Amino acid sequence: MSSPDGTAPPDRPDGTAAGQDQPRIEDLVHEEAGPIPKFGGLAEEHAEHEAEEAAEVMTESGPESKASAAGTSGAPPSGPGKELDLGPVGHLGDRLFSGLARGSGGLVILIVAFVGIFLLALAIPSLADDKSSFLFSRIWEPGGDQPRFGIAALFYTTVISSIIAMLIAVPIAIGVALFITYYSPKRLAQPVAYAVDLLAAVPSIIYGLWGILFFAPILGPVIDGLSSALGWIPLFEKPPGDNVGVVFTASVVLAIMILPVVTAISREIFQQTPIAHREGALALGATKWEMIRMAVLPYGRSGVVSASMLGLGRALGETVAVLIILSVPNGQDPWNSSIFAGGETFASKIANNAAEFDSPEKTGAYIAAGLVLFVVTFLVNSAARIIVDRSTPGNKRPRRNRRAGASTATEGAKS
Amino acid sequence: MSVNSLLRVGSVAVASLGVLALSACGSDPTPSGSSSPSGSSSSAGAECPQGTLNAEGSSAQKNAIDEVISKYNEKCADVTVNYNPTGSGAGVKQFNANQVDFAGSDSALKPDEMTAATKRCAGNPAIDLPMVIGPVAIAINVDGVSKFILDGPTAAKIFQGTIKTWNDPAIAKLNPGVTLPSAPISVFFRSDESGTTENFTKYLQASGGGAWTGAPAKKWTGTGAGKEKSAGVAEGVKSTKNSITYVEWSYAVDNKLTIAQIDNGSGTPIELTADSAGKALAAAKPAGTGTDLALKLDYATKAAGAYPIILVTYEIACTKGLPAEKTALVKSFLSYFVSKDGQASLTDLNYAPLPAEIQTKVDAAIQAIS
Amino acid sequence: MTAVAENKPAYEGKALDLSGKSGSRAFKNTLATVLIGLAFVLAMIPLVWILFTVISKGYHLLLSADWWSQSQRGITVRREGGGAYHAIMGTLIMSLITAVIAVPIAVLGAVYLVEYGKGTRAARAVSFMIDILTGVPSIVAALFVYAVWITIFGFNRVGFAVSLSLVLLMLPVVLRSTEEMLKLVPDELREASYALGVPKWKTIMKVVVPTAFGGIVTGVMLGLARVMGETAPLLILVGYSKNINLNPFNGFMGALPTMINQDRTELALQPAADRVWAAALTLILLVLVLNVLARLIARFSSIKSK
Repeated sequence: MSSPDGTAPPDRPDGTAAGQDQPRIEDLVHEEAGPIPKFGGLAEEHAEHEAEEAAEVMTESGPESKASAAGTSGAPPSGPGKELDLGPVGHLGDRLFSGLARGSGGLVILIVAFVGIFLLALAIPSLADDKSSFLFSRIWEPGGDQPRFGIAALFYTTVISSIIAMLIAVPIAIGVALFITYYSPKRLAQPVAYAVDLLAAVPSIIYGLWGILFFAPILGPVIDGLSSALGWIPLFEKPPGDNVGVVFTASVVLAIMILPVVTAISREIFQQTPIAHREGALALGATKWEMIRMAVLPYGRSGVVSASMLGLGRALGETVAVLIILSVPNGQDPWNSSIFAGGETFASKIANNAAEFDSPEKTGAYIAAGLVLFVVTFLVNSAARIIVDRSTPGNKRPRRNRRAGASTATEGAKS
Repeated sequence: MSVNSLLRVGSVAVASLGVLALSACGSDPTPSGSSSPSGSSSSAGAECPQGTLNAEGSSAQKNAIDEVISKYNEKCADVTVNYNPTGSGAGVKQFNANQVDFAGSDSALKPDEMTAATKRCAGNPAIDLPMVIGPVAIAINVDGVSKFILDGPTAAKIFQGTIKTWNDPAIAKLNPGVTLPSAPISVFFRSDESGTTENFTKYLQASGGGAWTGAPAKKWTGTGAGKEKSAGVAEGVKSTKNSITYVEWSYAVDNKLTIAQIDNGSGTPIELTADSAGKALAAAKPAGTGTDLALKLDYATKAAGAYPIILVTYEIACTKGLPAEKTALVKSFLSYFVSKDGQASLTDLNYAPLPAEIQTKVDAAIQAIS
Repeated sequence: MTAVAENKPAYEGKALDLSGKSGSRAFKNTLATVLIGLAFVLAMIPLVWILFTVISKGYHLLLSADWWSQSQRGITVRREGGGAYHAIMGTLIMSLITAVIAVPIAVLGAVYLVEYGKGTRAARAVSFMIDILTGVPSIVAALFVYAVWITIFGFNRVGFAVSLSLVLLMLPVVLRSTEEMLKLVPDELREASYALGVPKWKTIMKVVVPTAFGGIVTGVMLGLARVMGETAPLLILVGYSKNINLNPFNGFMGALPTMINQDRTELALQPAADRVWAAALTLILLVLVLNVLARLIARFSSIKSK
């Protein structure tokens, strides 16, 4: 069954030849499947049918387009990947299952589109009535005849508190996940892992209550110390007022809150590092840390970023804990950018006022704020993904390896 | 589906069903009172309907209505009353959206709300029934100060931010013999929109002598740091030295805060008691039309012994138009609430009971519901 | 997951023997070990502290049978007694409905992203949408369901509406973690299966998903833990009831987070404070039990990889 044509169709310089190969490749795949009794005649019928269909499509759309379709993804390894997709389509179970999977994907798109359109529809009338700049104003007076509201202050507090929370939580979470997977004695690892999972279950209200009742008093001296050492930077300047309900306290509590989430996912991912990678590194004489840096971290990078994004999503959108902790500045005093002042985040603002959504205009203003919140989350998410995909060779290596592995394997199967 | 996955799904299902089945033996606690639930029908069987009553609204009356529900259930065990203290605005909104059977609110229905409520009641007007008097305390936390006196203008200046330190001459003048620190005053306010804020700012405006510049509103316009809900401001004052706030009486008492006595202009400082708060209500004038019993409070009252900072929380119900069984439930419960039994339990919770004449009026209005 | 964990120590042992390290590398290695250990200790302090607070303040109520079998009917904040039965059942019912809706969509969606749609425009769109969904704060999800369920359809506030909004919150958590886990299944396993002529769907069901099952279960548990402790949708979409109501389609319903939320405003009163911590502990225990159950299921159903 060795077919030199079939091994790497996109590599061929002229598209026509690759296009002609297409049905043959399918035939090959089905021929492989054929001998297995499960497939029976039906599968072969399907296979023939598919081949015909493919041929029809080819004649309709012309060989060039077909060839380009096969080669669109450009990278050599993806070609064989596609063949794999085409192969088993004939099976009824496959059709059902892929239909279900596709349906779920479609459902997700539908849900989000529906939520987005709906919220936009609710927010737009209020935004149109807004008498001040929605993006740059710090005033929030959405009720009445002259609604004036802007998100500048909310945006600042939300973002700064989440950034601080992430700066604290992510390195520690990675450390904890590494500790559980590769450093701790095995007997300790499992209970600790359970304990961390358990903490993901502590409701955020409790983090809030614990934060304000037990943790904030202890953080007070830390705040005083930081502000006296770094007070010349506006960010760390301590305004008069209480030490308890400040952005910094909320950030630390948020960090503690997202720690279990990030840790739990990172741990699962670090554990999945293929033994071959780790062994390889160690066999080359790497120290444990070098093994982790060369094998574990690059392998888990995408996963850790995803985990951090889940954590960030939670930090940005956290409602009750922030609400309990943060002191809200009054409308008279000038706005303060210090992390040792009070503030309000999008979510805490919405939740604090949810009881008084008595008119569509007011509700719309808050929904608009909510929309901004998830635009922010989304932008951060995308940015993180782009960074992961582009900049880090460490990430590409295992992926490419996997794909390369895939193509080698299919080739092996064919020849 | 493979056997394996069937097994997996099956075991999940069994496990969850098991949880449900195991715990399907829950029950309501037996009332701590003398009557057992089974014998309850004998005590007031004729008056007790059956069913569930859902209500929502003011958090200021939460403790009062919880207590009354508890007492009412000792009498009528077959009625379930749920009250959700999400806030006055939410209560009115849910009532108008046909989500609850009656609402609790710290302020009477406004004209546009009344329009919506009339629609909800199938074309019949809704009614404001004053039910509980909730005094608002000015609570402080200053070391060594256990008796503290304020008058309207000074309070307005403190909450406006024009008086900034505890040893300000205006405060010292009202509190001879009390040593006050030179520390700045930390003011805490309610960061959520609240009927308490609205009533308190009404007082500051009425008796502040012009020192309070904002218009009375549910949203705070003065100085200070905002905390969420009554619990938040009470906790803030409790944990912060040299601080002050306004909060429902019960929170001030429960958190063991020092409560300021108010000089309403009559010359003697008035301590906050159920009695002195009740006297302030006597100065109120009816503001509603027909059977509607909305009250207009006189925050500038100078009546001797009247503690002027109070709020009245109403129950808002349909005069007509509810399904018959709901009407019976609403009437039964609300008439218990306004009865002597119902009101008597409120003093222990740091509310003030309604004066007798208002009780009679409210009861008559409830009986007129059909 | 278990298989990997079991294999681990042997290789670690070898690492130490094999490496002939220079001074700076050895120093870096030690430094990393210290830092990682430090991170662990640093993380454990607040986490243990929180657990300790909740357990020490909440456990004594949990010891009484009443807590597990009675509601709070007629119990005011000043009074002791009663239990959390109504809230436990409410939380269980609502999160069970949520899981039943969200988990299949999430797992199948992840399967789509990893197995079927890899690299396609449609898959990128789904991925994009999931990112957006991750950013929907619970309160906005709740407002959305409120607008649809109550404003448009005119239904009453019920437990089922809460479940619907929780689905929006659980979906991205489960989908993303499942996706990551599926991605980590080595292609060699899939190819081996294909090579044997096993159709793709069977490969996914019998090879890919079981291999990633431990991770998927962790994702589901994280998702469940998140939605079980969520307060905002409960506040907006169902009234809190101190009475027992097991019908998610009718009437107010209790739930543990709203029970905590009710009593937390009265922390100055001992009975209420006790109930706050006890309800929190109950919620944690519920998740723990679910976790253990899920792990048992995962263990029994995972492929024997030895």
